[in-house]
Amino acid sequence: MMSQVAREMGDRCERLLTYCEAINEALFQMMDADPSVFVIGQGIRSPWYVGNTAKGLLEAFGPKRVLDTPVSENCVTGAAVGAALAGMKPVVVHPRMDFMLYALDPIINQAANWYYMNGGRLSVPMVIWGIINRGGEQAAQHSQALHSVFAHTPGLKVVMPATPFDAKGLLVEAIRDPDPVVFVDDRWLYGVSGPVPQELYGTPIGTGVIRRYGSDVTIVASSYMTHLANEAARHLERENIDPEVLDLRSVKPLDRKLIRESVKKTGRLVIVDGGWKTCGLSGEVAAIVGEECFGYLKTPIVRLALPDCPAPASASLEASYYPQPEAIVHAVRGLLKES
Amino acid sequence: MMAVQQHNIEDLLSLFKMMTLIRECEESLVDPILSGEIRCPCHLYTGQEAVAVGICAHLRHDDYVFGTHRSHGHFLAKGGDVKKLIAEIYGRQTGCSRGRGGSMHLIAPEVGFLGSAPIVAGTVSLGVGAALAASLRCEDRVTVVFFGDGACGEGVLYESLNFASLHKLSVLFVCENNLYSTHMPLRECRPDDNISRVAEAFCIPSYRIDGQDVLAVFETGKNAVEFCRGGNGPVFLECLTYRYRGHVGPDDNIQGCHTDIRPQAEIQAWLARDPIMGLENALIDAGMTSREHLEAIKSEVRSLVREAHERAKSSPYPDPDAIERYVFAAPGA
Repeated sequence: MMSQVAREMGDRCERLLTYCEAINEALFQMMDADPSVFVIGQGIRSPWYVGNTAKGLLEAFGPKRVLDTPVSENCVTGAAVGAALAGMKPVVVHPRMDFMLYALDPIINQAANWYYMNGGRLSVPMVIWGIINRGGEQAAQHSQALHSVFAHTPGLKVVMPATPFDAKGLLVEAIRDPDPVVFVDDRWLYGVSGPVPQELYGTPIGTGVIRRYGSDVTIVASSYMTHLANEAARHLERENIDPEVLDLRSVKPLDRKLIRESVKKTGRLVIVDGGWKTCGLSGEVAAIVGEECFGYLKTPIVRLALPDCPAPASASLEASYYPQPEAIVHAVRGLLKES
Repeated sequence: MMAVQQHNIEDLLSLFKMMTLIRECEESLVDPILSGEIRCPCHLYTGQEAVAVGICAHLRHDDYVFGTHRSHGHFLAKGGDVKKLIAEIYGRQTGCSRGRGGSMHLIAPEVGFLGSAPIVAGTVSLGVGAALAASLRCEDRVTVVFFGDGACGEGVLYESLNFASLHKLSVLFVCENNLYSTHMPLRECRPDDNISRVAEAFCIPSYRIDGQDVLAVFETGKNAVEFCRGGNGPVFLECLTYRYRGHVGPDDNIQGCHTDIRPQAEIQAWLARDPIMGLENALIDAGMTSREHLEAIKSEVRSLVREAHERAKSSPYPDPDAIERYVFAAPGA
């Protein structure tokens, strides 16, 4: 079983990269392979905005294809949409998702709808890269994880890699995709290291992956939450509980089959999401299970998400705001006691 | 009086014919809208024809244009097919957007019309991006973005002017100032009725011209397009113009009705300066053509438009089973 897990994560590859180096490699290789790819956004030249993800790009590809911009999210994102309509493949970066809200018009009204509203005449091949940058007492406007907002909109795809392998693979696929893809990463993951093959490869959009096979309970997670779920699973193993950890990788489209098959096997479901609870990803996953394999559930579904509350500043509040592995362990124990 | 003699007759007749096509097309929609045969909201371009025509006359097929909610005229002036336009307005599969877009979402990529959309100022940044694409590829294409005076209330316009100027992008910003932002007069929207001045803050050459004088638009448009094509950066044109019909649909200004928002004297003053009539009279007075010849052009255009309606009405509606088609371009998505 473990070999199957490892294969998905790029086993037999001893080359380790950090998550942000993997993003950097995806950008580097795609810009090298395709002259229509360019990166645009505020702070792309600055190491503190985008970590090391853009390291070396400017030197390799020049200021025209690595375009640092004034603070004008609406115009810059709209310009990326327009460039995509004119045949380019832009990657527009928002170093904090919070500021990306200024660009809701070009993302939702324009990019997401364009192909449909012109009857399939012209698509918008672009990546909208939004970085979740939270914690450290940054408070409400420097913390938000808005993947569900974008997943709600027809015409957008949304991916959230958890590992360096998928950070590279999903960014490559997002750039190759003929539609607008919202690529959401998390600064908390930038230092995570893992196997990443040197060659150019893609992780298919819309496919999840089982990170740990188990039979007692399905823990559905994504992005940073996958690591919390893995950590919880290690605790639970010691109590002879055998959880299955499912990493969604794509928030939209969701890998419904993978979710269904897992829940059919385990009969129990805990969903962990780094976004808010109401009308969010956790509710969507729960609804899919409710609609498509309700009869297999042995217990009610548990959702662990952010409370419906803005992100607080003080560390004492932050500690209870973000989900912890202990909460997942506690939830799983509770479900197993119930049945 | 327009100085028609300074231009060649082919150009002048071509301007006349395109303005007439737009006018006939717009006016042909009035009855079907009123009868309910056309249900899609139409923002008619009647009265503003000289702006689209005078500018687009200088564009190549590979130049880009972005439009607004009121873009039937831009679509046609850039070379879009009138049959596809009318079919789209009737909601048919044969429309330019296969019945998914309607009047406010027109597109003709085959002639560089990359799309129109009704979010006010929403396409301005898209046009800047198309110009950025041309700049990255070292092409000499020009991008024109049309927008109304209402767009000057949106922040993204100023972000876009700044960005285009900063990167010397070949984009021509054309503000069609028709004095009303839907119902609201310009003087209630801005402290200064001169819009062209906003471009000065971003070091963009700007001009304020009579948008009812097709030759004024044609001449300024020529210089502006050449300036952009030469890689000198963006240009801003404010064209003073007037829509004869309502903000949406034909009937805002039926006197005495609740949507009657504009003074009758104002309407009459603008009607007296009609751009098509102005060119027609100037051509005849200068002895460059005969009224009969111009009537023949009008009649030719009218039958084109009539044929477009007949074709559209006999074309199929989109298949309801295909409602989710075109959400994504990726196969299997």
